[in-house]
Amino acid sequence: MAFDLFLLEVIVTGLLAGVMYALVALGFVLIFKASGVFNFAQGVMCLFAALTLAGIMEKTGWPAWVAIPLTIGVMIALAWLIERLVLRHLINQDPIILFMATIGLAYVLEGSGDIIWGSDVKVLDIGLPQGAVDWLLDTHNFYIEKLEIFAAVIAAVLVGVLAIFFQKTRIGRALRAVADDHQAALSVGISLRTIWVIVWSVAGIVALVAGVVWGTKSGVQFSLSLIALKALPVLILGGFTSIPGAIVGGLIIGVGEKLAEVYMGPLVGGAVENWFAYMLALAFLLIRPQGLFGEKIIERV
Amino acid sequence: MFYRETGQFKTNYADDQAIFPIAQDRWGIYIILGLAFLAAPLIMDDYWGNAILIPFLIYSLIALGLNILVGYCGQISLGTAAFMAVGSYASFKLMTSFPGLDFTIVVILSGLMTALVGMMFGLPSLRIKGFYLAVATLAAQFFLIWLFNKVEWFYNYSATGQISAPERTAFMFPVTGPSASVLYKYYFCLCIVVITALATKNVVRGRIGRSWMAIRDMDIAAELIGVRPVYAKLSAFAFSSFLIGMGGALYFGVWLGAAEPTEAFGIDQSFQILFMVIIGGLGSILGAFLGAGFLWLLPIVLKNFMVDMLGLSTAFSEHMQVIIVGALIIIFLIVEPHGLARLWQILKEKMRLWPFPH
Repeated sequence: MAFDLFLLEVIVTGLLAGVMYALVALGFVLIFKASGVFNFAQGVMCLFAALTLAGIMEKTGWPAWVAIPLTIGVMIALAWLIERLVLRHLINQDPIILFMATIGLAYVLEGSGDIIWGSDVKVLDIGLPQGAVDWLLDTHNFYIEKLEIFAAVIAAVLVGVLAIFFQKTRIGRALRAVADDHQAALSVGISLRTIWVIVWSVAGIVALVAGVVWGTKSGVQFSLSLIALKALPVLILGGFTSIPGAIVGGLIIGVGEKLAEVYMGPLVGGAVENWFAYMLALAFLLIRPQGLFGEKIIERV
Repeated sequence: MFYRETGQFKTNYADDQAIFPIAQDRWGIYIILGLAFLAAPLIMDDYWGNAILIPFLIYSLIALGLNILVGYCGQISLGTAAFMAVGSYASFKLMTSFPGLDFTIVVILSGLMTALVGMMFGLPSLRIKGFYLAVATLAAQFFLIWLFNKVEWFYNYSATGQISAPERTAFMFPVTGPSASVLYKYYFCLCIVVITALATKNVVRGRIGRSWMAIRDMDIAAELIGVRPVYAKLSAFAFSSFLIGMGGALYFGVWLGAAEPTEAFGIDQSFQILFMVIIGGLGSILGAFLGAGFLWLLPIVLKNFMVDMLGLSTAFSEHMQVIIVGALIIIFLIVEPHGLARLWQILKEKMRLWPFPH
């Protein structure tokens, strides 16, 4: 019994870690669908958003409900700047060129975040619940953090809101049209530039949510931007263009990583977590390159 | 005015197919080589050697290797640092297992070892490309570094987990270890870099090189005209890893002297080299040198300028460097996607017509 409970605990912890990966991967998918840009800077955007929020609260002492809209404003301004200064000039370039441009963007954001707000580890406390769930710990000796459950709820709500936004609103339809076919969307009068600003803003807001949750958990610091790299295997598993794929992929990677760490780690010396996700993705690529929910790419000669 | 090929007639095929068919190019190379071999030693001291010239040469070699893969064959790789690590650890094991072995042979064998590992991680490239391949090479990055951290055999069970280079000689001159003189180290790196650069220049214009470029430009079309993708891609991975592995052996053995996997071969290192290739110019030998020089010297110049002349704090100037490098990459991708090498080419074309551009 005790063993089963332990297994369950590992799985639940993995699932909740997976939610975090999924949150980051979600931002990737949004941008990739709408503009075909693989946004490497998504992880740094999380860092930047969390830094800005923590910085505003620290410097001005304003409460979270003032600072959060302000940060959202900053992220929207950032999206506009990125479109204006970078993307607009790179239309019609190879995807790989755009990818490298976002690596450059990641450096710029990282450096500016550090210069503006300082590079020390920041504590982000906007009043999210913390500590273990007492009831489960008392009755079943089962350890789960409140924050992680909260993150799962937030992720669920976020996905719900995004789904409604994409299916029901006018802008959402335009976004889906652009994702389907740039040319056709342009010809029915959808402005690509506006759409890009919107989609980068949405990705910025998703980054803020992910950044806040991660930041509350382990402090706002540079390592936050590294989860962007973890989101890559998540995307490969889920498919680059699928929002449900990002969620499911995130969960699989999260659980797989924790299970591998617990059961395989002791055999080979630990720290399997560092590379397990990539190897899993690599193995997966050989079997099903388009991912679980991705669109199959058919090459014509 | 001076750069024109008027009056340079080729009377046989050997002349026509020379590496540098234009006389001015040839003289330029002789002058650069002369400066590198004869003039550089005159100003050589510990600072110039260890902080500027030797790392520049080593990074050029590694950037050249990555350029084969990314610039010539079109396969993106984010795992360069891991392949450098393979070269470093191979050279470390060889140096400690066979103390009498000449360091030149150690470097070459390390390169070959890395080529094998590179081919192994290049296998997925036969099925996937683009971002997917980038993730596959990320797997190499994280897995190999983890391996070098965990398996104690690789660092000879040392307590710190570090590897440090013992003293070894190349052609009777000590080139590694703490007591080797900067001058020997510099000459050793220079010889290796010059020879490999010339060899690479020849390889890329030969049959293999042309098949790489065919794959890069359009893989399906290349397959139709008879280029075998398996051979082309794997040979690109092997050749590129060979150069990167040799660079890694020099990086650890000659330059650093001691290394620890997560510090010296992190993912940042991989990006740094990718940037050298992009800024220098994808698909250009000259570009690898220009990019390595630019990205290696830029932080030094910026640091000197901002800290010493403007009196800014070190932390601020470090962040500023990150921003400037990032911005430069974006600017290069927008303005001149073919990098510094292309700028040099444009300059040469302009010079041919100068002073009468019409």
